[in-house]
Amino acid sequence: MTQRLLPALLLAALLALWEALVRWNGVPPYVLPGPVAIWRALVADWPLLWASLLVTLRVALLALLLAVLGGVALALALLLAQSPVLERALLPLAVVLQVTPIVAIAPLLLIWLDSVLAALLACAWIVAFFPILSNTVQGLNGADPHLHELFRLHGARRWQTLLWLRLPAALPFFLAGLRVAGGLALIGAVVAEFVAGAGGAGSGLAFRILEAGYQLRIPRMFAALALISAAGIAIFAALGLVQRLALRRWGGRAVVAGCRRRAHLRGHDRC
Amino acid sequence: MTPLLRLRGIGHRFPGGVQALAGVSLEVMRGEVLCLLGASGCGKSTLLRIAAGLLEPAQGAVEWPGGRPPIGFVFQDATLMPWARALDNVALPLRIAGMPRAGRHARAAAALGALGLAGFERAFPAQLSGGMRMRVAIARALVTDPPLLLMDEPFAALDEITRWRLNDELLALRQARGTTIVFVTHSTAESAYLADRVAVLSPRPGRLSALLDFAPMARGRHARSEAPFAARLRAAGDALEAA
Repeated sequence: MTQRLLPALLLAALLALWEALVRWNGVPPYVLPGPVAIWRALVADWPLLWASLLVTLRVALLALLLAVLGGVALALALLLAQSPVLERALLPLAVVLQVTPIVAIAPLLLIWLDSVLAALLACAWIVAFFPILSNTVQGLNGADPHLHELFRLHGARRWQTLLWLRLPAALPFFLAGLRVAGGLALIGAVVAEFVAGAGGAGSGLAFRILEAGYQLRIPRMFAALALISAAGIAIFAALGLVQRLALRRWGGRAVVAGCRRRAHLRGHDRC
Repeated sequence: MTPLLRLRGIGHRFPGGVQALAGVSLEVMRGEVLCLLGASGCGKSTLLRIAAGLLEPAQGAVEWPGGRPPIGFVFQDATLMPWARALDNVALPLRIAGMPRAGRHARAAAALGALGLAGFERAFPAQLSGGMRMRVAIARALVTDPPLLLMDEPFAALDEITRWRLNDELLALRQARGTTIVFVTHSTAESAYLADRVAVLSPRPGRLSALLDFAPMARGRHARSEAPFAARLRAAGDALEAA
C-alpha cells in the first residue's frame, strides 16, 4: 500500500510546492503557469485537446499494430528461412534504423511521403518495430534447450516444434517487447507531429503544443503535455495488464529457469 | 538376459577440446536398472545423451540388437512447459505422435495417477512443488509405455525425503512394467539402492573403470540401514575411489 501511496504523496507535494512558488513569486502564467492554471486550461480546452489526443493516439496505436504485424512476421520469416546469413545481414540493419534518431529521419519521411498521415505512421512504426522484432526473434529461440531435445527425441516435426514449443515460449518475450514498443510508438507519433508542425494539417497533441506556444497560451501547452504523459502511462499500464493476464499461470520461476540454463550453456553465471 | 542396448567404444570430444569420453563399451540388459556412477563432469550425462540419440558420438557406435525401442527421457530439472497444464505436459509425446485428444488425455491422466498425482491434472507447473514437478516429468517419460527409461540425475535437486520416496516409486513402477532403466547419478547411496548393476566412470576423459553386479536385496526405509545395503554402498564407494 505504501508503495503506491508514497509516489502519489510525493507528486502531490511537488505540485503544491510548484503552485506555492508560482504564487509567492508572482510568476506570470505565460512564463510558468501553476498546476491550478494548467488544470483550468485543461478543463476549458477539453473538447479541443480531447480531439487532438484521439488523433495522436490513433496514429500511435495504428503504428503499434503495424509494428506487431511486421515484427512478428519478419521474426517468423527469419526462423523459417533457417538462414543465419540472412539473420546476420538483416538484424544490424534493423539496429541502424533503431539507433538513428527519429527526429532526424522524420523530415525525410515527410518529404518522401505525400500523405502526412503516412509519414506520421512511418515514424511511429520505425521506433516501435525494433523491440518487437528483436524480442520475438529472441523468444522464438528462447525455449529451454532440454525441451527442444525432448521434442527431437519424440520425433517432432518442425511445425509441431514451432506451434507447441517456439511460439508459446516466445510469448513472454513478445509481450515485454510490446510494452516497450507501446511507449515508443507514442513518442514516435509525437516527434513526427512536431516535425510536421504547421506544415502538416495536423491536429494532434504535439501540434496543439506548437500552436499554443506561438499564441503564448502556455497553460494550454502544459495541459497538452500532461495529456501526452497520461496517454503514455495509460498505454504502458494497459500493456502491462495484458502481460500479467497472459502470463499469470507461468509463474516467474519457470521462465527464469529456462533463461538460467541458456546462460549456463553459454558459460555465463547469470541470465 | 539379452542386451537391449550396446555401446561400443564410445568416445566424444566437445568443441572446446575437452575429451569427455574415451572408449566406453557397455551393454544394457533387458529389464535391469543400470546406474552410471561418477563424479560431476565425468561424461556420464554425455554418455546418456549419446545413448538416447540426442548426441552423435565422435567415436564408436550405439547398437540396438532388437531394434531401437521408444525411449523415455528424464532430465535433471523437470523441464516442463510452464504454459501447459500437468495433463498437457504429460500428454506431449502422444500429441507429437498424433494421438487424438481424448485418447492422449486418458493415458496422460492414468500416467499422472500412477505417480500419485491424480487430481493435479489441471495444475500448472508453477503451482507444483519440486518433487511434484519431477513426478510429472516421469509421468511424461512413461506415458508412451517405453521399454527403456533414461534418467539424467533426475532427483539431484530434490530434498532427501522426496528423493528416497521417488526412488521407491521408481522401483515399484519398474516392477510393475518391466521397464529397463539407465540412471545417471553422482550419489553412491542412490546407485547402491536402485541398481542391479553399477557402471563406474572415471573423470576426464570418462572411461569405464568398474562394473559392479549387485546381489538382489530387500528395499524400503529399513533396508537402508541393513547389511546388504551397507555392502553395496561400500563396493560402490570403493569403486568410485579407485576410479
